Amino acid sequence: MTAAAIGADAPRRVVGGSIRRSRRWALITSYFFLILFAIFFLVPPYYQLATATKTSEQISNQDTNPWLPAMSAGQEGLNPGGANAGKANLAKIKKDSWLPAAVQGFMANISQLMNDTDFPIYFRNTAIVTVCVVIITMVIAVPAAFSLGRMKFWGSGVLATGVFLTYLVPDSLLFIPLFKVVGGLGLLDSYWGLVLVYPTLTVPFCTWIMIGYFQSIPKELDEAALIDGANHIQMLFRIFIPVALPGLIAATIFAFTVSWAAFVYPMAFIYSSDQLVLTAGTITSLVKADVYQWGMIMTAALLAAAPPLVIYAFLMDYYIAGLTAGATKG
Amino acid sequence: MANVALRKVVKKYDRTEAVRGIDLDIADKEFIVLVGPSGCGKSTTLRMIAGLEEVTDGEILIGGDLVNDVPPKDRDIAMVFQNYALYPHMTVYENMSFGLRLKKFPKAEIKSRVDHAAGILGITELLERRPRQLSGGQRQRVAMGRAIVRNPRVFLFDEPLSNLDAKLRVQMRTEIKKVHQTVKTTTVYVTHDQIEAMTLADRVVVMNAGTIEQLGTPHDLYHTPRTKFVAGFIGSPAMNFVNCKLVEAAGGGLSTRLGNGLTFKVPPDRTQRYKSHVGRELLFGLRPEHITEPRGDLRPDCQEFDVTLDVVEPMGMETMVYFMVEDTEVCGRVNPASAGAPGQPMRLVAELGNMHLIDPQTEAVI
Repeated sequence: MTAAAIGADAPRRVVGGSIRRSRRWALITSYFFLILFAIFFLVPPYYQLATATKTSEQISNQDTNPWLPAMSAGQEGLNPGGANAGKANLAKIKKDSWLPAAVQGFMANISQLMNDTDFPIYFRNTAIVTVCVVIITMVIAVPAAFSLGRMKFWGSGVLATGVFLTYLVPDSLLFIPLFKVVGGLGLLDSYWGLVLVYPTLTVPFCTWIMIGYFQSIPKELDEAALIDGANHIQMLFRIFIPVALPGLIAATIFAFTVSWAAFVYPMAFIYSSDQLVLTAGTITSLVKADVYQWGMIMTAALLAAAPPLVIYAFLMDYYIAGLTAGATKG
Repeated sequence: MANVALRKVVKKYDRTEAVRGIDLDIADKEFIVLVGPSGCGKSTTLRMIAGLEEVTDGEILIGGDLVNDVPPKDRDIAMVFQNYALYPHMTVYENMSFGLRLKKFPKAEIKSRVDHAAGILGITELLERRPRQLSGGQRQRVAMGRAIVRNPRVFLFDEPLSNLDAKLRVQMRTEIKKVHQTVKTTTVYVTHDQIEAMTLADRVVVMNAGTIEQLGTPHDLYHTPRTKFVAGFIGSPAMNFVNCKLVEAAGGGLSTRLGNGLTFKVPPDRTQRYKSHVGRELLFGLRPEHITEPRGDLRPDCQEFDVTLDVVEPMGMETMVYFMVEDTEVCGRVNPASAGAPGQPMRLVAELGNMHLIDPQTEAVI
């Protein structure tokens, strides 16, 4: 065939599916499901927020739409259980009438929560417990994961699986025996009891995550460090922890979330208001018999959810970044 | 600077023997290459010298000291890994100085050593970068730099060029040779690439199935292989092996009968060597580079023969021609200008001065 003849032949179109079309369909499908999921997960927080702007009277008013935030300022003093200090603050906020009614209502709820309930104490207790638990978890889980993941010794594989299996026992099953343990140690009705108990949930799982991270680091890296003259401690602190930082942060976030949001243990082990943490405290103090102070419950829930949210937002980049890039060929 | 000695070194994993009692003496400043197919025990041997694998039996001596139970850090060795094994969170400078910093060297000393090594390797301008910002060749240089700054008694290289592309591999090969000529440290280098072995080594150790097949200079291994394995492993394309029968030639002397009516006369100087094997079925070995097109006058140890070409592979500077002798494919290396076309007859010359006869039972070269 001559060059002219080749040129004369127009390229034949292949009838049927095209790459572009199938890609568009893939995109449409993924957007559909992503939007569906977004709605599914965002509706509860929205409802929470909408409810948090209202007084109990507004919430129980059948004439307003429960899906919309407060449209008019609630009437002073109608929140049952509101103490005098709270009322004074409420009055102050009401004076700043240039604010939208919803913001006013939300601030009134916050103010009442801060002044009339033990919410600040719960918040402080939760923070103390969480920080302690995260530290304890890391101190135990990192060396455990390092030894289980990197040093081959007799039974290390079985041990690693065993660690994970302990995580699979639910806390609703463990709290009864743990009640005896905590009681025996004299730590019942003290948040230090929680500091002791939460690591039973966090350590196994964090160890498991970290084992995976440590194992993903090429073995030549510790051999190089070994030849460079590092001992195991130096290897852990100068090579493995920096390289496995994303895994470390993932584990930290997990430990933080677990101890921040734990409900069964504080509910079972703690009964004094000054020792309670956010989860159990909010429920016990804002639900009195059959009176639910929904506005404040929702406000408390939103405030309690804020710290994990902030931490996720800041550490997400670390969480995703792969620091091992460049260590070996790749 | 030190010599390295292996005495009946054995390595067993559970029941499989990876290294089966090898003896090896490496002189001070020598560049030794361990070469062999994968699973031959070369890397295991290197790792035992490094102290990364325990020795099951036998002795390893570095500079005369028995180091069997000495941890890697106290053996005064440096190792370069196939995948570089750079610390990803450290800059090049920190990577190279890590060992010295662990040993608490003074800062000024560390700096001068790193600068010196970086100068040798041409990576001075990369010192502040992190490994992920470097190309493969640069990473390999840094890995070498990390070894050089330590100023160790022995350098160990574990297939350092395997991850590089072909062009870079040739370049880095020269680089490694240059570095060795500069620092003159005893070097043990593991590769599966026989060309790397030939070009780099003072002496090559060919390993197979956990034992040393042959130890010698690249020249020795190429010209006087002791076994069929070495003969076939060294050289590219590999040596041709054809079944043959050694017979008394009509006009005196010996000849090899190859099949297809092809008979090669054994050069007279080999008659004595092969005499006791007359009448036996043997393997005839001849490298492709010793099967060429006729070039002017025929030397006395050469013999012309005619074949029908099967495949012709032009390589640019030369052309590979393939033809069948009985059911064995044989390769020749000819001048591109004289190569025929597939299916065409061609006259070739066998340089029989370079032939080998191999005992098929023992696989030893006779």
